[in-house]
Amino acid sequence: MTDRPLTALIKPERAPLSLAEYEHAGGYAGLRRALTLTPAEVTTEVTKSTLRGRGGAGFPTGNKWSLVPAVDGRKYVVVNADEMEPGTMKDRLLLEGNPHQTVEGAIITAYAVGAQTAYIFLRWGYQLAEARVAQAIADAYAAGYLGERILGTDFSLQLYLHMSAGRYMCGEETALLNALEGKRANPRSKPPFPPVSGLFGRPTIVNNAETVSNVPHILRNGWEWFTKLSSGADGGTKLFGASGRVRTPGVWERPMGTPLREIFADCAGGMAPGYAFRALLPGGASTGFLTEDAFDTPLDFTSVEKAGSRLGTGTMIVLDDKTCPVGMQYSLQRFFARESCGWCTPCREGLPWVARTLEALEAGDGEARDLDVLDAHVHGLAMGNTFCALAPGAMAPLESALKLFRADFERHISEKRCPWT
Amino acid sequence: MLTEHEQHEIRAQMALYEQPAAVVPEALKLVQARRGWVADEDVRDVAAFLGVSTAEVESIATFYSLIYRRPVGRHVILLCDSVSCWIMGFRDLRAHLTARLGIGMGETTPDGRYTLFPAVCLGACELAPAMLVDGILHGNLTPERIDEILAGYE
Ligand SMILES: Cc1cc2nc3c(=O)[nH]c(=O)nc-3n(C[C@H](O)[C@H](O)[C@H](O)COP(=O)(O)O)c2cc1C
Ligand code: SF4
Ligand code: FES
Repeated sequence: MTDRPLTALIKPERAPLSLAEYEHAGGYAGLRRALTLTPAEVTTEVTKSTLRGRGGAGFPTGNKWSLVPAVDGRKYVVVNADEMEPGTMKDRLLLEGNPHQTVEGAIITAYAVGAQTAYIFLRWGYQLAEARVAQAIADAYAAGYLGERILGTDFSLQLYLHMSAGRYMCGEETALLNALEGKRANPRSKPPFPPVSGLFGRPTIVNNAETVSNVPHILRNGWEWFTKLSSGADGGTKLFGASGRVRTPGVWERPMGTPLREIFADCAGGMAPGYAFRALLPGGASTGFLTEDAFDTPLDFTSVEKAGSRLGTGTMIVLDDKTCPVGMQYSLQRFFARESCGWCTPCREGLPWVARTLEALEAGDGEARDLDVLDAHVHGLAMGNTFCALAPGAMAPLESALKLFRADFERHISEKRCPWT
Repeated sequence: MLTEHEQHEIRAQMALYEQPAAVVPEALKLVQARRGWVADEDVRDVAAFLGVSTAEVESIATFYSLIYRRPVGRHVILLCDSVSCWIMGFRDLRAHLTARLGIGMGETTPDGRYTLFPAVCLGACELAPAMLVDGILHGNLTPERIDEILAGYE
């Protein structure tokens, strides 16, 4: 049994395993075992495994599944593979590298919650993943893992690939449901939560692609094995990544709770020659900066929060000494401003203001009160003041940048130019 | 008018969802494949075919980034300007591309060959800086690399 289950069968230099090769390597054994259990037993297995959602929020997966009402009727499973968080490229590795793993996970998830239909919601632009997932689904139908009476049981499932029409908001789970219904991807008010009322008003489980990809391994090897993959409270492995001026940018599977230093220094090889480290966003664009004093932090949900940030997607973005932190912030906030869905006023009006202010600062046209404008938005767009987590997420890197790089912001104002250009 | 083929494809999509109106974005993508963008008459055709109001289809068409409501060139370049690509040299590439093509962001070359758009993170950040040309991913870009890639397009 491998200690890197998610990537053990992924060989970047070749096409993904065919169905026969995947089966030969133990593929679909997790599904076969699941089908010998009751759906409730499958859910219990996943609950005991301590698997937590890999989409950013870390919600315990088995607990989420338990929220689906145990009554007959139409239910849905949606695999969230929207992956549009800047700095994030981990689900792509799984879907390009071993699509059957995610397909098998989706089937087991659907069995556990009693769904008859499942969708893989894939972001635009993942052309290779699209082709490979479509092929895996077709092969799974042909082999009887999908369709009517799967493997001779009473369980039937239709699994469809849905290509997103492109918008960051589609990744937020209730906005995703609106997108799947063909509407604008505005979020819905909660409650009701999707496990009770989701797609077309039916009970719906939305799980991240990496979350779902863990499920076949838990069923095949047992929940205890999964908890032992990590040394902390959250079981399993995690896909970590690094981008920016590091020596070897990439994505790696390591135990949940691996120290930040190990990912940065050993996996990413530290800084590229000629660049010095300043700070990093540990898990995509909507997490706050960490500095070198946080390098011993175990990368799990609880520890990163204690260190003052969030694990997020686990893919770090590294800021070097030759990149202007104000310019970087402008790039981040322009993204969020552009992707705001416009549903609530503080975000619709606030984010463009933040982006314009940063643009002016970066161009040398800033004034002292601009920093007050930015500080005010950090508070005004905090969690609870907006309809969804997009705007508070946007404020995480800004808030920490205003603290860490205050002197750099001020130099842009006093020198009336960007010191990096 | 939607072609026979388009009607067929849209109907096939309708079978995958509990409610037919769910296929509006998919239908728009299908008609867009015809000439690379979605014209007003396409919006009306899709609305009529699906029994949804034109205003509704229009609001969906303008919401999603991949539906183009204005003509585009034969090849669409999406240059990532998000954070990892920004750090890895987006601005130099933008300068190179706009100078080489003689157009600004969001514009089409006079010969109709290229349209250049800024794009949000392409999920290829370990290969930053990156761009898509007609959906094909190119990473680890340099100005020289861009010249090589564009030499292959007519
Ligand atoms: C603006 C925004 C974008 C999001 N994008 C994604 C995404 O691309 N993929 C994803 O899995 N979760 C994304 N999420 C989190 C989802 O709302 C949801 O928590 C997640 O899909 C649940 O799956 P999990 O429990 O397996 O983590 C996003 C959240 C927000 C607020
Ligand atoms: S916070 Fe922003 S993205 Fe979220 S609902 Fe409000 S406007 Fe839309
Ligand atoms: S930031 Fe450019 S591909 Fe992710």
